[in-house]
Amino acid sequence: MENCFFVDSEYLSPKALEKKHRLETDKSSRTNHMEYMEGMEIIESDVRENVISQMNSYNPDKYTAKDVLAALEHTTCSIEDFKALLSPAAEPFLERMAERARLETSRHFGNTVYLFTPIYIANYCENYCVYCGFNCYNHISRMKLNMEQIEHEMKVISDSGMEEILILTGESRSQSNVEYIGEACKLARKYFRMVGLEIYPVNTEEYAYLHQCGADYVTVFQETYDSDKYEQLHLLGHKRIYPYRFDAQERALRGGMRGVAFSALLGLSDFRKDALASALHVYYLQRKYPHAEMSLSCPRLRPIINNDKINPNDVRESKLCQILCAYRIFLPFVGITVSSRESAEFRNGIVKIAATKVSAGVSTGVGDHESKYTGKNDNSVQGDEQFEIDDSRSLDKMYKDIADEGLQPVLNDYLYV
Amino acid sequence: MNNDKLIIGAHEFNSRFILGSGKYSMKLIEAAVKDAGAEIITLAVRRANTKESESILDYIPDGVTLLPNTSGARTAEEAVRIARLARELGCGNFVKIEIMRDSKYLLPDNQETVKATEILAKEGFVVMPYMYPDLNTARDLVNAGAASVMPLASPIGSNKGLATKEFIQILIDEIDLPIIVDAGIGRPSQACEAMEMGAAAIMANTALATAGDLPMMAASFKNAIEAGRQAYLAGLGRVLTRGASASDPLTGFLRD
Repeated sequence: MENCFFVDSEYLSPKALEKKHRLETDKSSRTNHMEYMEGMEIIESDVRENVISQMNSYNPDKYTAKDVLAALEHTTCSIEDFKALLSPAAEPFLERMAERARLETSRHFGNTVYLFTPIYIANYCENYCVYCGFNCYNHISRMKLNMEQIEHEMKVISDSGMEEILILTGESRSQSNVEYIGEACKLARKYFRMVGLEIYPVNTEEYAYLHQCGADYVTVFQETYDSDKYEQLHLLGHKRIYPYRFDAQERALRGGMRGVAFSALLGLSDFRKDALASALHVYYLQRKYPHAEMSLSCPRLRPIINNDKINPNDVRESKLCQILCAYRIFLPFVGITVSSRESAEFRNGIVKIAATKVSAGVSTGVGDHESKYTGKNDNSVQGDEQFEIDDSRSLDKMYKDIADEGLQPVLNDYLYV
Repeated sequence: MNNDKLIIGAHEFNSRFILGSGKYSMKLIEAAVKDAGAEIITLAVRRANTKESESILDYIPDGVTLLPNTSGARTAEEAVRIARLARELGCGNFVKIEIMRDSKYLLPDNQETVKATEILAKEGFVVMPYMYPDLNTARDLVNAGAASVMPLASPIGSNKGLATKEFIQILIDEIDLPIIVDAGIGRPSQACEAMEMGAAAIMANTALATAGDLPMMAASFKNAIEAGRQAYLAGLGRVLTRGASASDPLTGFLRD
């Protein structure tokens, strides 16, 4: 499957191309992905060990219909129950799982659905993650917004009525340093009630700084929890360091962030094991930091610029639904976010069962909100998109659609204290 | 019954149903006021912190007292800041203190709650603290200046009813402030039972918000709470635990 990711840009120099090919084919040319790089903070934590040992011992095929039915009977879903619900044996019971999930969602969240939108302020990246549109060898239009441009974008988004924003960058410390991101957070606090971050992992004190600047939620996707697979997919850059990424949420909480979000990119590796590990990552951290708010996302692979061969074939919608129902039954209190990678039909359906937050008015490009929101095109330079989205509904349309489904759209339920 | 008022601070209320804030919608507010007769409606300040807030505040009918809560606070300090913000937003002087350091069960932190109560009562707030039913804490809350004490019946949103019944009874027996049962009331029968025990009022939200027919459930809660209150005022009759009482009095041998 790895081969569907490799694309050689004609713009690469022979030297760069040679390095790229060597990284792709010769493991010995790659650094040890378990060894911290200079400047990376190491924290004492047993969370990773707990998650990995559970994941490694998980055999989805060992579970039977009886285990699944027992899991659905139990008031409290144990780790073993959760493993059964994620297994192939649970597939015939999807409707029953959905019923139980809906009950848990309504108990903990009522009929509310939270809305947010992402803003990409830069797409420079120093990593070579073979499946990602922003990877450093992909030939795309790169861009970093200056503060004036960021403020303009934020105004456009804020005028649409949105109150929660998620600031994203490509993973380049040199192009988008922590101070740059901090300044963006300060601007965001002016226009939005709630500011989240999805940036490269940083150290505890840097998270504390970004928290002071106004950010209160940190999203880091581990992509895959399978260490060997992780090594084969993240060939270059700081993202290659698996344990530093894994501990990012814990550092963020120690830095004072209110909440953290998690996910694997489903489809990169065995999705059942990755779903198990994602949920257990939440589970063990919640036990250690009970005050923290936690949420799970559920991205599947999407086609990226210069590579339309990527497809999330093995994680079909029914499988994704099974995973989300299992998440909800195991972790009734966590937020579940479903991004615009998924279709409008899927998102309309899943908010009634398990999801509590959806994005709207989404662009994964850089600096193109005005043209996307208003149709106004001033011929300014825009940065290319990270991946293709499926559901392009505006905030107004999403708000109305959710209300029409008998649910309650919520723009903000948060205070910075 | 007409003179039977619920008194919180210096304020009098006829209704003993308070709408909680967990799951908020205009339809719910309407049903709570019209069908359940609520005179106090809780509003999460964090939820009111929105561009839509005007519409939420506008929707609160005249004569209804707004009870802003501090949900989202993890410490006394954060609760105090949220309460002050509520006052600035024009939500009045009432405040329900909610301090949670646990995102899974949302159980209140009693120690921090006492601290916040003391600070806010001194600032002139009518403080209604949400707490885990513990007698010592309840006494501390009285001393800190609380206007009522709001013990939880079972974990919030769980609809599990009076799991902490024995401990709530102790608070009712020992504490001179109104004891308002908050969180976990899932059915009108449970609300009725708490009122029979002598609770001063019931706060509920999820039980209504997740009901099939919202207005009908709201009305049902109203009736249940009134029935329970009447029973309490009437004085419950004997409850025979085992067989009939002895036909000859046990003390019949006494000569004077």
